[in-house]
Amino acid sequence: MELTQIFTIAAKEFRDRMRNRWVLAVALVFTVFSLVIAYFGGAQQGAVGFRSIEVTIASLVSLVIYLIPLIALLLGFDAIVGERERGSLDLLLALPITRLELLLGKYLGLAAALTLSTLAGFGLVALLLYQRLSWAGLYHYGGFMASSVLLGLAFLSMAVLLSVVARERTRASGLAIALWFFFVLVFDLVLLGVLVSTGGQFGGEALAWLLLLNPADVFRILNVFSLDDVRTLYGLASIVPASLGSQALLSGVMLVWIVVPLLVARWRFR
Amino acid sequence: MASTSPVDASAAVSLRGVTKHYGAVHAVDGVDLDIVRGEIFGLIGHNGAGKSTLFKMMLGLEATTAGSIVLGGAPVRGRGFRAARRHIGYLPENVVLYDNLSGLETLHFFARLKHAALDQCPGLLERVGLAHAGKRPVREYSKGMRQRLGFAQALLGTPQVLFLDEPTNGLDPQAIRDFYATLRTLQTSGVTVVITSHILAELQERVDRLAIMANGRIQALGSVQALREQTHMPLIFDLVLDAGDFAPIAQALLAATGEAAEAVPGGLRLACPRARKMAVLAALTPFGGRVHDLALREPSLEDVFFGFSD
Repeated sequence: MELTQIFTIAAKEFRDRMRNRWVLAVALVFTVFSLVIAYFGGAQQGAVGFRSIEVTIASLVSLVIYLIPLIALLLGFDAIVGERERGSLDLLLALPITRLELLLGKYLGLAAALTLSTLAGFGLVALLLYQRLSWAGLYHYGGFMASSVLLGLAFLSMAVLLSVVARERTRASGLAIALWFFFVLVFDLVLLGVLVSTGGQFGGEALAWLLLLNPADVFRILNVFSLDDVRTLYGLASIVPASLGSQALLSGVMLVWIVVPLLVARWRFR
Repeated sequence: MASTSPVDASAAVSLRGVTKHYGAVHAVDGVDLDIVRGEIFGLIGHNGAGKSTLFKMMLGLEATTAGSIVLGGAPVRGRGFRAARRHIGYLPENVVLYDNLSGLETLHFFARLKHAALDQCPGLLERVGLAHAGKRPVREYSKGMRQRLGFAQALLGTPQVLFLDEPTNGLDPQAIRDFYATLRTLQTSGVTVVITSHILAELQERVDRLAIMANGRIQALGSVQALREQTHMPLIFDLVLDAGDFAPIAQALLAATGEAAEAVPGGLRLACPRARKMAVLAALTPFGGRVHDLALREPSLEDVFFGFSD
């Protein structure tokens, strides 16, 4: 495997997103939404203004769970199938580059763009709120930013897999939207539905472990368990056993969610 | 169908028993072919004849179902083929390059992947007539400009074999002429060119040899002249004659060739076997004063193509 080939592809992908202002636009979306949530998140309770980092993180978790998977899927769904439709995939593969190098280059370039926009967007918020945060608050906010990056990379990994499997770009975009619906909207509803309809008889604690099958839930638990105040604010905290809240376990699961779709994509991209 | 003859290691590209099946569809079926170093080789056929699949297999983009391909001494898709790819130039049909990059950046991108020197890129842009547009984004290029940029990309590095799929799509007549002039220059330095085109008149005078494909097989192989002879298609003589009675001339031609001439406005048209060409000229000699003009038409490549592929 030649690292220079991977870097060349990655650099081109990253530069494309910088040049068409994708990174800037996404970073601005994160910043604006975060500031709005930080200042107006308590409006329903009749209070406006920054309250605490715990409350802000709890609100941002809900935002990120909807937004980042969608952005990551839209960013990566045509990584390979788009090249195929343009006719440039054959051209690239006729060069001295392997399919694995191409796949990794694409992923790393897009991942760099997504990571930069996430860190820049939320980092700007941290800068603006700097004087109101304690060191502990900054530490937890840093953890929130890192887990947001991991969430984005996991969904980007799935998007790249879609782009390898789908034969057409339109089909890949449809699959990406379906994936978003499933993981962000449907998955939890199904689990909660099973829990409620069986009166808590089916699965019990094991049902909570099924949350690991959804990277959005892994992200949620990671942040829910990072702060005591946040844990109490979040409804799900009541059904998640403490053993599931291990940061190392959850981070490891998130890494699995990043690596496994890429391995499957590698296997299918022949 | 397995071939018994060994691969020709001295050929630029050598194929033996190359077969590609997609389920029940036999896209390519037992192709044996040697493309000589330094020749311009045409590959023609109807849509679906198998030439694109054969192209992809020669480039290592598709695996063969059976058979072997050796390119530049390296087995295609074998261990050493990655290094051989540096010396292959490829221009796919209807390729869409990256709109966000400028022409120069596009060449830099492909040069890096091909391990070619970046400083050759401005020269290549000049060679294809795009020096003035090198800094403009590709999205502003016309179809012809994109095609020329694609050609420049194929010339990156030191290509020993060029695979060009419909390379003159979108080019104006002057650009087509320049394109083939570039190919001839490359040929003199030993570059092998494999080219497909649906514009047969364009290939007719420009390829050294060609293969006609149909139903996944090579139906005919050779120079245009050799294929003309294989088809036994007649030569066409168009005679412009002095006003008067054409009958004596027609009778003389019938006697010399066994073929009846057809009266056309201002003269006669005769279709006769190539072997009787000199007999026609001899038969016309006594009527030399009445023959104002004589045009001899060979069967076109299109005639030859339909002769083999139908």
